[in-house]
Amino acid sequence: MSYFRKLMATAAMGVAVGVTALPVIAETPANMLVIANRIDDITTLDPAQSFEFAGSDVLRNVYGKLVNFDPNNLDAGYQPDLAESWTVSEDGKTITFTMREGVKFHSGNPVRAEDVAFSLKRVVLLNKTPSFIITQFGFTPENVDETIVVDGNTVSITTDKRYATSFVLNCLTATIGGVVDKELVMANEVDGDMGNTWLATNSAGSGPYSLASWKPKESVTLNANADYYGGAPAMKRVIVRHVQESATQRLMLERGDIDVARDLNPSDVEGVRAAEGVEILEEMRGRLMYIAASQKHPELSKPGVRQALKYLIDYEGMQNSFLKGAYVTHQNFLPKTYLGAVDENPFSLNLDKAKALLAEAGVDGMELTIGVREAQERLEIAQSLQNTFGQAGITVNLEVGTGKQILGKYRARELDIYLGAWGPDYPDPHTNAGTFAYNPDNSDAANATGLLAWRNSWDTGGLTEKTAAAVVEGDRSKRAEMYQGIQAQFRDTSPFAVMFQKVEQAGVADNIEGLNLGGAITAVSYWTVTK
Amino acid sequence: MRAQRTFVKRQPQLPLPPWVRGLVITLFSISITMLGLLLVTFLIGRVMPIDPVLAVVGERASQEQYDAVFKDLGLDKPLIVQFFYYVSDVLRGDFGQSLLTARPVADDIARVFPATFELATIGILLGCILGVPLGVIAAVRRGSWIDQIARVVALVGYSMPIFWLGLMGLLLFYGILGWVGGPGRQGIFYEDMIPSVTGMILIDSALARDWGAFWDAFSHIILPASLLGYYSLAYISRMTRSFMLEQLSAEYVTTARVKGMSEWAVIWGHAFKNIRVQLITVIALSYANLLEGSVLTEIIFSWPGIGSYITTALLSADMNAVLGGTVVVGLVFICLNVFSDLLYKFFDPRSK
Repeated sequence: MSYFRKLMATAAMGVAVGVTALPVIAETPANMLVIANRIDDITTLDPAQSFEFAGSDVLRNVYGKLVNFDPNNLDAGYQPDLAESWTVSEDGKTITFTMREGVKFHSGNPVRAEDVAFSLKRVVLLNKTPSFIITQFGFTPENVDETIVVDGNTVSITTDKRYATSFVLNCLTATIGGVVDKELVMANEVDGDMGNTWLATNSAGSGPYSLASWKPKESVTLNANADYYGGAPAMKRVIVRHVQESATQRLMLERGDIDVARDLNPSDVEGVRAAEGVEILEEMRGRLMYIAASQKHPELSKPGVRQALKYLIDYEGMQNSFLKGAYVTHQNFLPKTYLGAVDENPFSLNLDKAKALLAEAGVDGMELTIGVREAQERLEIAQSLQNTFGQAGITVNLEVGTGKQILGKYRARELDIYLGAWGPDYPDPHTNAGTFAYNPDNSDAANATGLLAWRNSWDTGGLTEKTAAAVVEGDRSKRAEMYQGIQAQFRDTSPFAVMFQKVEQAGVADNIEGLNLGGAITAVSYWTVTK
Repeated sequence: MRAQRTFVKRQPQLPLPPWVRGLVITLFSISITMLGLLLVTFLIGRVMPIDPVLAVVGERASQEQYDAVFKDLGLDKPLIVQFFYYVSDVLRGDFGQSLLTARPVADDIARVFPATFELATIGILLGCILGVPLGVIAAVRRGSWIDQIARVVALVGYSMPIFWLGLMGLLLFYGILGWVGGPGRQGIFYEDMIPSVTGMILIDSALARDWGAFWDAFSHIILPASLLGYYSLAYISRMTRSFMLEQLSAEYVTTARVKGMSEWAVIWGHAFKNIRVQLITVIALSYANLLEGSVLTEIIFSWPGIGSYITTALLSADMNAVLGGTVVVGLVFICLNVFSDLLYKFFDPRSK
């Protein structure tokens, strides 16, 4: 017995001493930025393929582009980056970029016009999901050698027709416009994949940071590029840790183990506001929350019913309760800060008006299914809709599933109503106009699954043509007016009820300065951060 | 009374030594089990209403891009052909590429399984070291205060959601007291500093003789491991108590006591010896559960283990990752079974 007791006592003492004597470090180093974020959406870090939020955050800091946004002045729009200047041909179809001299990739190779041409051609030839951002200008595998041409220190791109120059350049600021190091990428080519497999987990850029490691669902580590042409970043190392839970992120922030917490829920945001040494950084993001009604549904296709649904949403109630601080009411498809964005939000919860519209349309009660993915805020919105729709005699069944399940049905035009989010792909109004208000062929056979209007079987009633006209308008202010007109008609006639725009609320240690999350138009910038 | 004679029909025997025969039979049954496991997982993956192509191409893909990936993944072929290709790849050690991590599944598993193994092993050790004695003492002192405490400890372990307990643990020991490291396997100072040999940071840092990194890793693992250990303890202590009570009420125990044997010898020398085989089953099952990966614990503590790896893969229809993970978990169960069988033979004289 005594032996046993001794053994137990030794074990207990060991654990107790071990635990109490643990070294705990409660402040991040002065030249290191540590961020907690959900990064499990990253599936690749190849700029020609990456199309997720966390991936864009990494790649914005790793790859230079022809033109880019200055984090210190996002409102100024695109600015020269690897291209020092550009000219546009008289017919408006060819843009010629002159490269900045003396810029080097992380590998030490010089950044040449040839690398730019290779990167853009690579996007077209690989044909991954985001390639449409470039190929929508008429670039095809067959014509890239003629349409993307290098001449000494310049590279020219020729589009299939005249587009607004701002549209083309805005698209080049997207992740897919990242310029890769041709020599390094091709040295790692496997089976003619143009380095796609290798670049998924490695980097070949010229940006302020290089990729040190990406451990899926664990961390991304970036090392500063001391030779960055814009000056070496103050933060020598950036570590983005995958931390799923908001409460855990808050704890780490308040303990001083991280500098930034990017996924705080509204209650933790309130908690952080009350804590010392940390503050909340708020920025409007581009993500919109909306519902859309299938126009294949006999009742939902009636204009009065479409209108009625927009009066059956408790925008204010949701914004002031469970969405507090995280979303603001926004009823237009262009996020605030986009060219042509408008602030008009004419709809509010109005049961009488909705009932009158339904009665006028001859609808006396009906049963609908709303497809929604299993995410807390979306489920809460769905439940609110279930409640308010119910008050007008509409019985709502919720079909809850994973993102992929619900999306599969949505793309197959099988849902009555879809509740979901949409984020812009590039910082030009056409990114949303071209999907919400554009549907040239509404037939099932068209299979235009990428277009939201098509997914809801909506013949846009003339907006398709107006959208096509706006995208080629060269005059910036006239173009903005055109989008304002399109949105006014869209609000009144479309089967979409855009409800909210996302506000990112990040918890930040109060010694951090210069952090820009990217607003509605781009991703986060680490190179401007100082402590 | 004349004993009844029984006739046993002799099975035809292979001309092999008994241990080789045993090994062949074991390997054969393992292969059949693994094949069945693969088949069931494969079929479940295929009938699930999740589209694996969307996992690759994303929401915005055109139909043409969708079709290209559909073909690349081999989904245009009949199910049986897909399964045949998969099994033949697995037999060559190729689990395929994960859609979500852009890496070979084998590499992913080599990264996530050691993380779970390290956590589960410490968890089960804590569970056994504390749970078995607690169960024995609770049985011996049945109805006493120590029995009541053991009951409450087990009840809390059974009924408290691990999610809540984990967060409370983090809040207290990390947030308020600062006794342990936070979520993740390492502090930022040691990130990527230790060369990976086994994938288990405690062992790797010890091999590298970097004791700072070792203590840092220990400070990160101790809380989630204690949490898992607590849940194992709850189960193991209750089962130990019940096994012991059964033994203590047996006549041989009374006889031993009547013969004047010391209480220590009665409890540990006789009663406990007789529950070892049952305990092995209980402990092996607990260990296997921990080795499957505790998804919620992994989420709270940002622990990149196999549980959340398989779950994420399943929800995203990353079937190569799901099947690879399932094979590993299946192998773990089989290995534990084989190991338990060996221990039975060691502890149970009847099976010698």
